[in-house]
Amino acid sequence: MIDLFSKFDPLIEQRETLLETGLTDPFNLVMEKVESPTVAICNGNRTILLGTYNYMGMTFDPDVVAAGKQALDEFGSGTTGSRVLNGTYAGHKACEQALKDFYAMDHAMVFSTGYQANLGVISTIAGKDDYIILDIDSHASIYDGCALGNAQIVPFRHNDVDALEKRLKRLPPEAGKLVVLEGVYSMLGDVAPLKEMVRVSKENGAMVLVDEAHSMGFIGEHGRGVAEAQGVIDDVDFIIGTFSKSVGTVGGFCVSNHPKFEILRLVCRPYVFTASLPPSVVATAATSIRKLMDSADKRAHLWENSKRLHAGLRQLGFTLGTDEPQSAIIAVIMPDLETGAAMWEALLHEGLYVNLARPPATPAGMTLLRCSLCALHSEDQVGEILGMFAAAGRATNCIS
Amino acid sequence: MPDRAEISAKTLELIEPFNKKGVAVTEATRFAQDLEWDSLTVLDFVANVEDDFDVIITMNMQAEIETVGQLIDALVKLTA
Repeated sequence: MIDLFSKFDPLIEQRETLLETGLTDPFNLVMEKVESPTVAICNGNRTILLGTYNYMGMTFDPDVVAAGKQALDEFGSGTTGSRVLNGTYAGHKACEQALKDFYAMDHAMVFSTGYQANLGVISTIAGKDDYIILDIDSHASIYDGCALGNAQIVPFRHNDVDALEKRLKRLPPEAGKLVVLEGVYSMLGDVAPLKEMVRVSKENGAMVLVDEAHSMGFIGEHGRGVAEAQGVIDDVDFIIGTFSKSVGTVGGFCVSNHPKFEILRLVCRPYVFTASLPPSVVATAATSIRKLMDSADKRAHLWENSKRLHAGLRQLGFTLGTDEPQSAIIAVIMPDLETGAAMWEALLHEGLYVNLARPPATPAGMTLLRCSLCALHSEDQVGEILGMFAAAGRATNCIS
Repeated sequence: MPDRAEISAKTLELIEPFNKKGVAVTEATRFAQDLEWDSLTVLDFVANVEDDFDVIITMNMQAEIETVGQLIDALVKLTA
């Protein structure tokens, strides 16, 4: 018998070597208690959370929690069925209405996760003779959407408008084209030049899909994302998003003004062949989305947090993923995985949780300590966080 | 329309900056096994080849290309 697991041996060995040094496993952290969107108990210690996607701090919002409890009582714990069979409850339609109102768009379709939203929409709308033109640093769910379908895949250099335009011009003019972009790229926290990219895509006859997972609720006047902030949301054909970040629960969606959009409900396999979200989840999502419409003050405070952490980390001597803060994600670039893991552990001992990100999730083989801020991090907490980075950085010789 | 020899010479020239191991490159050289390129190196290299020859090499086509010779063959077809 050939052991099908032998292909994982190099990774198993790398992990063992790293853990033999006595390091805590960065990919096995358990939160024993969660006190708030910004604080949890890990290994018995009070820990500030700086590595969640809880950008707008909605997970403990009293209205959101109450809506979930009420739905549990009134509709039960789950739907046990597909959206197109017995899995569409009033709550699912209410959630889609909340999305249509939030984005001011005609159509909204809720998937069970954001991953499935990309998987479903991308694989379904781009057929065999169509082209998908995508940023090289696209999220795994976008690549997997390409792999599930059978379109021709054309990647271009990250955030490079010129590279995108050149490729569009080389493609047959009569072929169907879908350009796939992200508002905020989650590894470095950098924003796409959507204004120019959407323009060149339209000039070359392509439809445009933008994944706004990491910008919803925070970026743009109404929190609709980078496309809104850069004034091109009306030219974007499809926006993909998630409930597992600013919205504070789980689920994914696509919103669009395409007149034939609703047909996707019948032809999109990752929508049809899976169970719909539990009633409590869509109830919390709908309540949260409606509250995010009027969260200008929280958006302003989150920007303040992002700017302060970026400036503070830079002053301490850390190398950051972007020259300016562009989103709620601040990526600290580590020289290698060993140092990154040591720094991650030192921060945890200080009482701070950040994400350790490594290849293949990261671009250019980088190891990153990814910090994502929350609108509910107080000014004092950001100060505390900077103090912890200073201490851990010196203890691991990352800074002098 | 460039001939095969020209395409071959240009391809070898484009490989060199990424040939960190100093491998003696022939048409039988394999990108993954012999040049030991990871996926990121491949993406960078392909972008350069595409811009130089003014063609598109889709990821679907890339999946079929293992050796330098296969890439040259593909470029001959794409530039024809």
